[in-house]
Amino acid sequence: MANMRTMSFDAVIVGGGGSGMRAALQLAQSGYKTAVITKVFPTRSHTVSAQGGITCAIASDDPNDQWQWHMYDTIKGSDYIGDQEAIEYMCKTGPEAVFELEHMGLPFSRNENGRIYQRPFGGQSKDFGEGGQAARTCAAADRTGHALLHTLYQGNLKNETVFLNEWFAVDLVKNSDNAVVGVVAINIETGETVYVKSKATVFATGGAGRIYASTTNAHICTGDGIGMALRAGFPVQDMEMWQFHPTGIHGAGTLVTEGCRGEGGYLINKDGERFMERYAPNAKDLAGRDVVARSMVQEILAGRGCGENGDHVFLKLDHLGEETLNAKLPGILELSRTFAHADPIVEPIPVVPTCHYMMGGIPTNVDGQALTLDDQGKEQVVDGFYACGEAACVSVHGANRLGGNSLLDLVVFGRASGLFIEKQLREGIDLKDATEDDIQRAMKVLNRINGSQEGEKASVLRAELQTIMQNHFGVFRSGEFMKEGIEKLKALRPRIENVQLTDTSNAFNTARIEALELQNLLEVAEATAVAAEWRTESRGAHAREDFQERDDENWLCHSVYFPHDQSVAKRDVNFTPKTREAFEPKVRSY
Amino acid sequence: MLEVSIYRYNPEIDSEPYMQEFQFDTQGKDIMVLDVLEKLKTEDPTLVFRRSCREGVCGSDGVNISGKNGLACITPLSEAVKNNKLVIRPLPGLPVIRDLVIDMSQFYAQYEKIQPYLINNTPAPAIERLQSPEDRAKLDGLYECILCACCSTACPSFWWNPDKFIGPSGLLQAYRFLADTRDTGTEDRLADLDDPFSVFRCHGIMNCVQVCPKGLNPTKAIGHIRSMLLASGT
Repeated sequence: MANMRTMSFDAVIVGGGGSGMRAALQLAQSGYKTAVITKVFPTRSHTVSAQGGITCAIASDDPNDQWQWHMYDTIKGSDYIGDQEAIEYMCKTGPEAVFELEHMGLPFSRNENGRIYQRPFGGQSKDFGEGGQAARTCAAADRTGHALLHTLYQGNLKNETVFLNEWFAVDLVKNSDNAVVGVVAINIETGETVYVKSKATVFATGGAGRIYASTTNAHICTGDGIGMALRAGFPVQDMEMWQFHPTGIHGAGTLVTEGCRGEGGYLINKDGERFMERYAPNAKDLAGRDVVARSMVQEILAGRGCGENGDHVFLKLDHLGEETLNAKLPGILELSRTFAHADPIVEPIPVVPTCHYMMGGIPTNVDGQALTLDDQGKEQVVDGFYACGEAACVSVHGANRLGGNSLLDLVVFGRASGLFIEKQLREGIDLKDATEDDIQRAMKVLNRINGSQEGEKASVLRAELQTIMQNHFGVFRSGEFMKEGIEKLKALRPRIENVQLTDTSNAFNTARIEALELQNLLEVAEATAVAAEWRTESRGAHAREDFQERDDENWLCHSVYFPHDQSVAKRDVNFTPKTREAFEPKVRSY
Repeated sequence: MLEVSIYRYNPEIDSEPYMQEFQFDTQGKDIMVLDVLEKLKTEDPTLVFRRSCREGVCGSDGVNISGKNGLACITPLSEAVKNNKLVIRPLPGLPVIRDLVIDMSQFYAQYEKIQPYLINNTPAPAIERLQSPEDRAKLDGLYECILCACCSTACPSFWWNPDKFIGPSGLLQAYRFLADTRDTGTEDRLADLDDPFSVFRCHGIMNCVQVCPKGLNPTKAIGHIRSMLLASGT
């Protein structure tokens, strides 16, 4: 491996989804030599599956809408552990970022006056919760993610970004100062391993829903960035916070947008009752996702589930009429007919809460710089290392993300990371070169896997991991049961590290990629498990049967998980927005 | 047991491609073709194919299924199996890298040729550019393309001239921008397409329409481009 090729860039973005391509676009426009490493062709990234829209106070539906109202909703939705400075930045900068996308050609749906169409989504309000339901989610029918991702790819083509398509980043390369100076990556088509050297390395690697057996996430969502960060010794934040989307199609897991309920659809139990009226009398089906998901599980546990096994509920849409469904939710009609064998025009869709989104991730500041804590618990920037999008925890979603905020997050913070790195590059970034030993350290896992003839199949080990996570760390959690899950993961670790790789070919070897992805899934699963057991309260998506109340006195904080000893530390939540006073925690009801 | 026949080729090992036969127990379920591939890969990890979203929106898993191009993830066995046999081959007409994975460079190159981005050099307003719902509706049936290449690799004209004929997918995208009222590049776009090959190699065979997994109609879009070219030439 002494002759490994080196490629050098000013900035390298790992991940070709929405946040990665938005960051890349910013840097390519500024003329810096920028590359995107992506394990799939960019438009195959999971952003493409986002349906309902991008939430932003562009004041189209309501000319009086204010970004401060959006900020309030987001903080309340986060159950008060979202960082207020970051949320303020996102909501305030959002309109500019959305208009840029429109100017780039994103085919938004339109109102009669020609402005962008906005639909109601869960957890949205006017006038700081006092003015009723808002309609703040900008939509391109129910294919907003597809439209957004393709628009960003097109923008990058126009600006001649270098794409290393179907390349897989294996591990971070750190220099002797513990700064990040690039990654080791495999060209999947040829099997060649390359050191991709960079002054700025941005992780835009997306989520990791594939740690669960039932997920709306694509096959590719395996938490590669989180895995690499943890293996390099960097901490991750709020990993116990996983969103279960209320409406995954029963059996298939495919997503049915919250926009269905935004357009007037609602959930019913086996008696045909609109049960959300009992759980959230005001917002009903448009309460926070965590609230709706828990209510559904409670209905099912109470014996009011639908179907032969009573293991799901129904999403009713037929009353909206064929014309509305065709115009506003055409993709949902397709998905439901294909995967649920149900035509929503005449019958309801069987749905069940399904793992959807990782609120946690690599802790960063508003500029996308990755953070760690020193021995005194003080925040330190990791030189050369940045993260944005779902892989990052900046943190705008806290304990529960609002629908439509993920697309806004990835555009706003992809852009912010790009802008900041551009500024740093202009001022000059001077990091020590990696030594041959530094690079070899990043080859450790790959070398181990390449030589692994014994051991068990990746597919078997992956299924086992997913079952553990599904059973022990699902919608409802309890201490004893989580401890059991942690023990099972511990026993699984040596088996996963010893995963078998019988295919030693260099030509498009996806078995090798899957073995590497499995290492990342394990890192994410362990961080999730340990942090979840540690937080002895219920907040947002983290619902414990043995600690059912929110406990602001002890737990109004982020969790920061350190990989070297699997310890967890508390980190303060930011309550100092720049333009207004903070929103103080209060009881969260919908 | 379902008989599954899959195209296999690893350039490092095989001197030529071959069809490998598998026996597959569907347990009586009408699962998707991708489910079959995933299951077979757990048995034989060397089987190689692309996949990502598994719900028909990312366009990764375009393959030739019992003679027809389609996405493995949204093609149920009930549509794909003939005489208890399922035959899976790579999309035709482009070089095979390994097994079901093709080299799509030529396909992407044609996409890049049509300048697949909005051109509007007038200063952008402080808010969005306005567009009526009627004008926006002109993009329906165009912008939904997922670049899966099912259409272009089903097109005989593209097979003969993959370097010169833009192909149905690229032309659908060309028309997506020609039809966009916000785009001011119409003249340049048409000039770029005005040669004997780029557009006019389409002979209206309509294989593209038949196979598009998103129900789009490239032939119709190509017709619109032809009309625009003819009108601009007079």
